[in-house]
Amino acid sequence: MISKGTIRPNQTELLTKLLKDKTLILDGAMGTMIQQCGLEEEDYRGTRFADWPTSIKGNNDLLVLTQPDIIKNIHLQYLKAGADIIETNSFNATKTSMSDYEMQSLAEEINFEAAKLAREACDEISTPDKPRFVAGVLGPTSKTLSISPDVNDPGFRNITFDELVEDYVSATLALMHGGSDIILVETIFDTLNAKAALFAIEEAFEQAGQRLPIMISGTITDASGRTLSGQTTEAFYNSICHVNPISVGLNCALGPDQLRQYVDTLSSICECFVSVHPNAGLPNEFGEYDLEADEMAEHIAEWSSSQLINIVGGCCGTTPEHITAMVNAVEGNTPRTPKEKSSLMRLSGLEAFNL
Amino acid sequence: MTTKLVSRFVNVGERTNVTGSAMFKRLILEGDYETALDVARQQVENGAQVIDINMDEAMLDSVAAMKKFCNLIASEPDISRVPIMLDSSKWEVIEAGLKCVQGKAIVNSISMKEGEEPFLEYAKKIKRYGAAVVVMAFDQDGQAETREEKFRICKRAYELLVEEVDFPPQDIIFDPNIFAVATGIEEHNNYAVAFIDAIKDIKKYLPHAKISGGLSNVSFSFRGNNPVREAMHSVFLYYAIQAGMDMAIVNAGQLGVYDDIPLELRDAVEDVILNRRDDATERLLDLAPKYRGDGIAVEAETQEWRGWEVTKRLEYALIKGITQFIEEDTEQARLHFDRPLQVIEGPLMDGMNVVGDLFGEGKMFLPQVVKSARVMKQAVAYLNPYIEEEKEEGSTNGKILMATVKGDVHDIGKNIVGVVLQCNNYEVIDLGVMVPCQKIIDTAIAEKVDIIGLSGLITPSLDEMVYVAKELTRQGLDLPLLIGGATTSKAHTAVKIDEHYQHPVVYVPNASRSVSVVSNLLSKELRAPFLQQLEKDYERVVVQHHRKRDNTQYISFEQARANKFKVDWDNYQPPKPKKLGIHEWHDISMKTLREYIDWTPYFLTWQLSGKYPAILKHEVVGEQAQKVFDDANEMLDRFEKTGELKAKAVFGLFPANSIDESIEVYGNNNDTTLVLHQLRQQLKTRNSSPNYCLTDFVAPKETGLDDYIGAFAVTAGFGADELAEQFLAQHDDYNNIMVKAIADRLAEALAEYLHQQVRKEYWGYAADETLPNDDLIREKYQGIRPAPGYPACPEHTEKAKLWQLLDVENRIGMNLTESYAMWPGASVSGWYFSHPDSKYFAVSKIDKVQAQRYADLKGWDERTMELWLGPNL
Repeated sequence: MISKGTIRPNQTELLTKLLKDKTLILDGAMGTMIQQCGLEEEDYRGTRFADWPTSIKGNNDLLVLTQPDIIKNIHLQYLKAGADIIETNSFNATKTSMSDYEMQSLAEEINFEAAKLAREACDEISTPDKPRFVAGVLGPTSKTLSISPDVNDPGFRNITFDELVEDYVSATLALMHGGSDIILVETIFDTLNAKAALFAIEEAFEQAGQRLPIMISGTITDASGRTLSGQTTEAFYNSICHVNPISVGLNCALGPDQLRQYVDTLSSICECFVSVHPNAGLPNEFGEYDLEADEMAEHIAEWSSSQLINIVGGCCGTTPEHITAMVNAVEGNTPRTPKEKSSLMRLSGLEAFNL
Repeated sequence: MTTKLVSRFVNVGERTNVTGSAMFKRLILEGDYETALDVARQQVENGAQVIDINMDEAMLDSVAAMKKFCNLIASEPDISRVPIMLDSSKWEVIEAGLKCVQGKAIVNSISMKEGEEPFLEYAKKIKRYGAAVVVMAFDQDGQAETREEKFRICKRAYELLVEEVDFPPQDIIFDPNIFAVATGIEEHNNYAVAFIDAIKDIKKYLPHAKISGGLSNVSFSFRGNNPVREAMHSVFLYYAIQAGMDMAIVNAGQLGVYDDIPLELRDAVEDVILNRRDDATERLLDLAPKYRGDGIAVEAETQEWRGWEVTKRLEYALIKGITQFIEEDTEQARLHFDRPLQVIEGPLMDGMNVVGDLFGEGKMFLPQVVKSARVMKQAVAYLNPYIEEEKEEGSTNGKILMATVKGDVHDIGKNIVGVVLQCNNYEVIDLGVMVPCQKIIDTAIAEKVDIIGLSGLITPSLDEMVYVAKELTRQGLDLPLLIGGATTSKAHTAVKIDEHYQHPVVYVPNASRSVSVVSNLLSKELRAPFLQQLEKDYERVVVQHHRKRDNTQYISFEQARANKFKVDWDNYQPPKPKKLGIHEWHDISMKTLREYIDWTPYFLTWQLSGKYPAILKHEVVGEQAQKVFDDANEMLDRFEKTGELKAKAVFGLFPANSIDESIEVYGNNNDTTLVLHQLRQQLKTRNSSPNYCLTDFVAPKETGLDDYIGAFAVTAGFGADELAEQFLAQHDDYNNIMVKAIADRLAEALAEYLHQQVRKEYWGYAADETLPNDDLIREKYQGIRPAPGYPACPEHTEKAKLWQLLDVENRIGMNLTESYAMWPGASVSGWYFSHPDSKYFAVSKIDKVQAQRYADLKGWDERTMELWLGPNL
């Protein structure tokens, strides 16, 4: 069991005030930065996991335990590049995902330490004039609640809602105790998984007796303009807006040029703030993201001047250089104003249905 | 684009309700969920904007049925595009549904029937699940019947929900109870009016709240007379909607239009609904028989496609995932063609290709593709008996091995390809995720598969796929290789993978495409043209790629040579070997070799990963590890005793000097025995690191220094094949594998041991070296032993010179196949370099200038050059 840390106060008001003033900057990719360190199997293992029976190279979240200095240093680089909000290195730190490495038992500890590292980094850089925030990240896991892994049995699922909720509750509590200011559910490709996460977050808030602002970010997977589980952007929004998130946004999968139309959609309906952290373009044939910082910033500058966004950062392939370029790109622009709360009943299947 | 359209009145489909539809109830009880799904689909096609699902039936496990039906709907995009209304009087059934619906659903219903506390409890949960809610006008005193009661209960519920639970008012839908009218009981006559009036109150005083109701109740007393019932529904809705009703649960296919109702009937119905006359009920009863009709409404015709010609129908069924008519359509197509197989290879495959194209263009998405595959499977299953009857050659069935490559844990895509292939009657052997290359190869061989499919999502998997391709080549396989997964691409496949494997390497962009690729590859008739097309495709891609990458990556051969690794030869004295010439070892002691075994890879052979010796103590795999370790040692004991396995080595140390990228090896009288040729790195390096060539580690001739080079060939494989065969004959797979695994380990151990002896004694430059086995495994010693065919000296034919130099075949009986593979299998050969700065590197890509120069030195023609240097060009 993790040692309990102090849960941060609910800073929704402060964040709202800041977001009304300016566009806040989210950090960039963690994976890209880790990759640049050229870590080998034994670096991932450290001394603690030297004899772990499975191969664990690539288990980036584990690095908060085995290479905390590297992770903290990446956080610091993003903070110095100008990020207002940094994401904990806990994308896969659920029991469901960690089971790929037989490390389910470490999920909670990783979340806690991931939040703690980000907290330390934030506290070093934060000033009253420019406060910095830790967003505790809940990733999508490697399983899907809406898609059967067996075509002959489309009613079959290899995970249940309840299992995911349990998994996410303990992850959320650990992120809270580790010092997160915000809980961020991101890279949502199956909305039902996200709904389990949001259900769990509410559960965790209740258990902790303390709420934190929630950020939600979905993923449009391809040219169809839908999530992997088949929802349109608006259907997605309708499915998750019940938790009164501070922001809803999109990240990953697409580069800024392909993503713009969906950001536009979201911007036109969203009753809260809009976040976006695209990839540095689409991966080229060799799996590299090659959109340069200044090219990417051009897109961001246009979004910002069109008042589409409130929070912007980077996903796969982005670096501190990209973040600095984004800081400059949004500088001085008026941020987007959230839409008035509407009295529509927003229903959805794969498509939105408003009444 | 957002949904600008805000719907005014919502039809909630009612047919997927076991309490309201006898047919649906029968289908669910019989477990015919496929037809039950058709009921849902028809409702959406007929205009239902939400579908109500109700599984409340005593004979049914309602929770399980709700879960199953919701999960099934999730894979039917034609249905799941609309929101779902989860309808049950039991909370656990509703909750089961909420856990299976990704969209924002409506719960139907909760009420204050059991008091306010459970009501608030449910409301809180529903909010947390993110659904809207229908609230019945029902409290502990019963169902509200009058306008006043209805409003009072709704108002109370509204206040509790908004104030206590912070429930969004626009997500509250009141159902103020539609009861039957014209029942003959006088108190019932005003029920419809009370409902309509209550709507007005709710709309006025409870902002944003919505109104719904179960329409069919109102006409309950006219069961069996659908025309009259429909007229009652239409009239009721006409007035209720005017009052502000937002939605109703209706049979979307049976909703008539108010203006189309015959005037006489409409008047009589209005009298009943609006309670306009005391004798309204009697008057409608008198009129009703006249409009009875046959009582069965015709389902709206949405099946225009049934009239199309058969190949188009098959295509449509595949794209839409409709299995309903697939057998009869397939039968028609079968009669149309000469051979049943042609139905598969013709219209069905064409249909799947359309599916693949639509998917690729983003016009179809995943669940649809998976459904298409199911249709395909049923069609193929139908044809199979005919195909077998004809004993047709060229059946498209085959065995496909699938694996996510080592280091990658993502498998959704691969699993989908797997099921799609299975649907098409291919046998799929799925090795799962993080599959080591050797396991793929071993399984491919052991299972005699027809095709190997590799998948990966993360970037490093690309390199692993290249590695697998290389290993397939090295181990002499000839199966087609499929490449798929998010970061893979035609370009990478064509440029990086294809070149490492002479046999087909096919990039498969998505799951639905996999079927046509596999069937082409396994079809006698289609394979050749398919591969020709593929080759053309790849050539084009490769050309494009080189045009793009050429400038940035390479430096000229002259520049590379200028950037060679520079040794300060003026201040270096190469060590002279203590024992020059060729040496042979026979009957090497197994006892000695055992000490030099690197055990970790042995455990990996058995899928036990972890470092030796710690793995033996591991809490999970320790016991198994200990077991295979004990068995291995038992076998080593046996080898020590019986001498069944023979290890031999031949090695030599020779005077040598380098000239550019060649090494002259000298004989007794300082005459040149032979010249070795090496390749130099030509990729632009970073941090001004040099462009290495192995010759950089040998003193150049012009320095006048006497330098030396070594060569070795070792094996521990004599007797291994025979012994393995014996075990196999006894059906002992375990020991069959064990023998080969141990022979491999012993050959590596011998290479390690020999290298150590060379350093300490024969060459003697490290006489004082006392490294433990662990450090030997980590290559902590001075000098290297690169092997021809491996990255530092990738060109295989140089191995022949090693054989010539050491007279390997005559001395110890090891030989080379025509592709320069060594026999016995458990063998290692290579060169020795002694320079302290010598290190392993990869030559990687070279340009035509160097390749031509190399070919000239070797006396090769163009074709031979391409053959052996191809991988590096």
